[in-house]
Amino acid sequence: MARRAQLIGGLAFIAAAVIAPFLPDWVVSLATIAFANALVVLGLIVLWRAGLVSFGQALYYCIGAYVVALIGRWIGFGDAIVLVLLGGISAGLVSFLIGFLIARYREIFFAMLSLALSMILYGVLVKTESLGSTDGFSVLTPTFLGYTPHGEALNLTLYWFTLAICALSALGVGAYFRSIAGALAAAVRDNEIRVEFLGVSVARVIHAKVVIAGVLGGLGGALAALAIGHVDPNMAYWTTSGSFVFVAILAGAGSVAAAFVGSLLFEAIRSLAVDVVPEFWQMILGSALLVTILFVPEGLGSLVFRLRRKKAKPS
Amino acid sequence: MLLTVLSILTDGLAYAAYLFIIAIGLTLIFGVMKILNVAHGSFYAFGAYGAATAVGIYFNGHDWNAAGGFLFMILLAMAIGLVMGLILERGLLRLVYGKDEVVIVLVTYAVFLILEDMVVLIWGAQSYAAYQPMVAAGSIDLGDLVLSNYDILLVVLAAFLAALAYWSLKFTRYGRLLTTVIFDREVAAAFGINVTVVYTVTFLVGAMLGALSGAVMAPKISVTLGIGVEVIVLAFAVVAIGGMGSIEGALVGALIVGICRAAAVHLVPQIELFVIYGVMAIVLIVRPYGLFVRAQPRRI
Amino acid sequence: MSQTSSLARLSALLAVSSLAAVMAPAHAQQAAAPVKLGIVSFLTGPAAAPFGIPGRNGAEIVIESLNAGKAPAPYNQVGLGGAKIEAKYVDEAGSAANTVTEFRNLVQRDQVDAVVGYVSSGSCLAVTPVAEELKELTVLYDCGTPRIFEEKPRSYVFRVSPHATMDNVAAARYLLAKKKNLKSYSGINQNYAWGQDSWRDFVGSMKVLAPKVTVDKVLFPKVFAGEYGAEISTLLTSKSQALHSSFYDGDLEAFIYQEQARGLDKRMTMILTTGEAAIWRMKDKMPNGTIIGGRGQNGPLAPKSALNDWFQKIYTDRYNTPPTYPAYQMAQSLLGLKLAYEKAQKGAGKKPTAEQIAASFKGLEFDAPAGHFKMALGDGHQGISATAYGTYRFDKKTNTPEIVDIVRYPAECVNPPPGMEADAWIKGGMKGAKCN
Repeated sequence: MARRAQLIGGLAFIAAAVIAPFLPDWVVSLATIAFANALVVLGLIVLWRAGLVSFGQALYYCIGAYVVALIGRWIGFGDAIVLVLLGGISAGLVSFLIGFLIARYREIFFAMLSLALSMILYGVLVKTESLGSTDGFSVLTPTFLGYTPHGEALNLTLYWFTLAICALSALGVGAYFRSIAGALAAAVRDNEIRVEFLGVSVARVIHAKVVIAGVLGGLGGALAALAIGHVDPNMAYWTTSGSFVFVAILAGAGSVAAAFVGSLLFEAIRSLAVDVVPEFWQMILGSALLVTILFVPEGLGSLVFRLRRKKAKPS
Repeated sequence: MLLTVLSILTDGLAYAAYLFIIAIGLTLIFGVMKILNVAHGSFYAFGAYGAATAVGIYFNGHDWNAAGGFLFMILLAMAIGLVMGLILERGLLRLVYGKDEVVIVLVTYAVFLILEDMVVLIWGAQSYAAYQPMVAAGSIDLGDLVLSNYDILLVVLAAFLAALAYWSLKFTRYGRLLTTVIFDREVAAAFGINVTVVYTVTFLVGAMLGALSGAVMAPKISVTLGIGVEVIVLAFAVVAIGGMGSIEGALVGALIVGICRAAAVHLVPQIELFVIYGVMAIVLIVRPYGLFVRAQPRRI
Repeated sequence: MSQTSSLARLSALLAVSSLAAVMAPAHAQQAAAPVKLGIVSFLTGPAAAPFGIPGRNGAEIVIESLNAGKAPAPYNQVGLGGAKIEAKYVDEAGSAANTVTEFRNLVQRDQVDAVVGYVSSGSCLAVTPVAEELKELTVLYDCGTPRIFEEKPRSYVFRVSPHATMDNVAAARYLLAKKKNLKSYSGINQNYAWGQDSWRDFVGSMKVLAPKVTVDKVLFPKVFAGEYGAEISTLLTSKSQALHSSFYDGDLEAFIYQEQARGLDKRMTMILTTGEAAIWRMKDKMPNGTIIGGRGQNGPLAPKSALNDWFQKIYTDRYNTPPTYPAYQMAQSLLGLKLAYEKAQKGAGKKPTAEQIAASFKGLEFDAPAGHFKMALGDGHQGISATAYGTYRFDKKTNTPEIVDIVRYPAECVNPPPGMEADAWIKGGMKGAKCN
């Protein structure tokens, strides 16, 4: 089963990479941002498997983005690979520190404390006039190991690069889900005390998840900063976190691939809604979410599984 | 110096009243139903728009009593809250009870998004004013400091709501039923309490309180798009500080935030932006479940 | 703002488009392919009512008038150089990622010939590098930050509307001229880039013009806070004689209602740098004697001219309310683009390219409803104009707001000279300001 999922996932990624040069530029750029955001969603799914939801994941997203933008601004360094790694590592470090505090919290309190922390970062950035306050500032055009593309070539390169990071992250998270630590998630969600009786530290399991989600958030933010070309404090605002949770619910916690499909779908719906009904796009988004929750409660990712099970039945 | 202390206290109290009025409906719904209701922001917005409409009708060319206008505004807003609450609870939330708490939060978030655009459909994109009740209330002079009577009225209203909530939870039959449901829903159901009815009534009361909070704030603000968003996080913070679902917690949380914010504005205005989240983070770090909620017993 | 509901607007739109459909065949032979414009403005969210919708309305009415060939000279040619304008309206609300995505969609999916729009400085800063990369002619219409053309020279991005520096320099000049014995002042501005920049420019100008006047309270409440009790108490207990604020719409109205209930305006004069946009809604609730700015000579601050009469009339006839400054800014952006387009077309003899339009836009000088504009800064990409401040008075008899005691400041008096950053110019003592 895992093999097959990996195979299908791998094929999907290759297809996504091969098809890109034949797509219009705006689709590629939309997909780049969607996939960057999907990494944050993937982090949320990691947490959600243990029953935790963060309303403050934008904290790590924003840290990743600002690290990329600040290195460009202060040092003028623009290698995408190094920058994105640094973005992920910085967010990971912050999440490691925060993890000591937040790993004790559950349910809505976990959500609210993470929200408070991300809003404090938002406040600090708004106060920092030298970084443009709410206006933010622009990100240097990235280079890739000495290669400096422009225009459409840059768009494509960045897309492939994002896709590569996503593939690696998906593989890593997939492996984690199949590991013992990952498999404990459901047990933690159902009954922590039993897990403790098994001789496992629940706090440590959750701490690891917080860090994984933090690193993924940082990577996503770093890639998004490169794709958008601009960073601002809004990246840490609670509504940004809210939209990530939104996508996570849309996608469902069922599989790793769901995060990517869900994120792409979200961006597509939003963009289409803004195009067709510019004054009422929020209504379209809200309705899409409601329909998903009511009729596809396991998330869109579950549709794939359902299909498979149905096929399996007759034989 | 004395003047500063005095104004910190009065401003803090006024702000706390505002926070408590917006938070009480939210904490009530959470306490009973375990739903963190993002659509509370929509109740606030609809209440404010309803109030602005009411004020527009009442004061348009008439020279009627301002107190009557205030009353009319409140009644119309609460009627709107009642209808909205009924539609939402019976038409939608009923279908998702029993799902994951977070999924229900997202349901209310979806409702919030839809209602944001409903406001545009009903009232258009322009903003509305409803200042007449506040102007009519006048002010009192305390030397250098001038207080608005309308603010004092809001403090009285907040105190009244707190007392009413306390009294009805402690001394009425419905309040005792509610307390039972808050304490343990399954046991309450086993004792024959009709939890479905309790849920509906609670949600309606919460929705009406949300609309009421928007209505009483309408005279002070410009009723415009997006007012609901700002209120949600404020209310969440107050409720998290006090303890989710606790009415006395919301009261104390509102007072703490109110006084801290007023002190910040008077003494160190630079930190005003952080005050509420700073207080929330500190309280949650020291008391993970808020001030007035005991740690839940863990299931084995 | 607009009194028409969306339904009425929709039916009006349908009527217009069906009319156009009926009339189309007659002109089909000679009409050139339409010029597509992307118009981006806030259609939802808190910035919609004060800025986004007046801006959108301004675009709608000006484009309609241009397409009918009914605008006064030199704008009387149909559409842009004889080709009808086809506008696509897009919402600006959302994150920087959304703004950039929608910009790309306009350029690459909808293939618009030019984009006119953006209210928020954040949006402008985010979109500018993308516009340059895609080589798309873009006219920013309302955003105020001077950083756009100071950070880097631009090739395809223009802004006719002057940046926000002149608003606060002129505010300081007017205040000092009207209040000779001013000793100290305070400020209340929103805690985000717009408020911070406005306050910095104002304090900087005051330091240069009147070094002895002291700053008292500096308040930065959260944007869209809605409740200002503590701020008003702080100001009541201060000794300032004047209060600077760049608040707008919702926040401005909430603040004024709340301070009036406590009589703050009886103790100090308020200087509202964006007050013009609020007077038609607030009427007698705006205190008499308040110093009002409108980000240029807009609305009642506009000098008398045929162009202004035309714009006032078409806008008021359609929307039942006079145009406020965002509508003016949209109008001057479109008119500037039209002139640049037609000048380039004359040279090219056919539909001009973005490069050709940009070349003729650079350094352009023209008249708009809000006076004379000159693309003087940012290597000919940033417009400057004269500005004006005045004092508010509500005429109870006619039930109309008035701005009296208007003082006009020439463009070179309140804007930095070319090649100089606005911030450095103010800090350096506003050298080279020509005020007569």
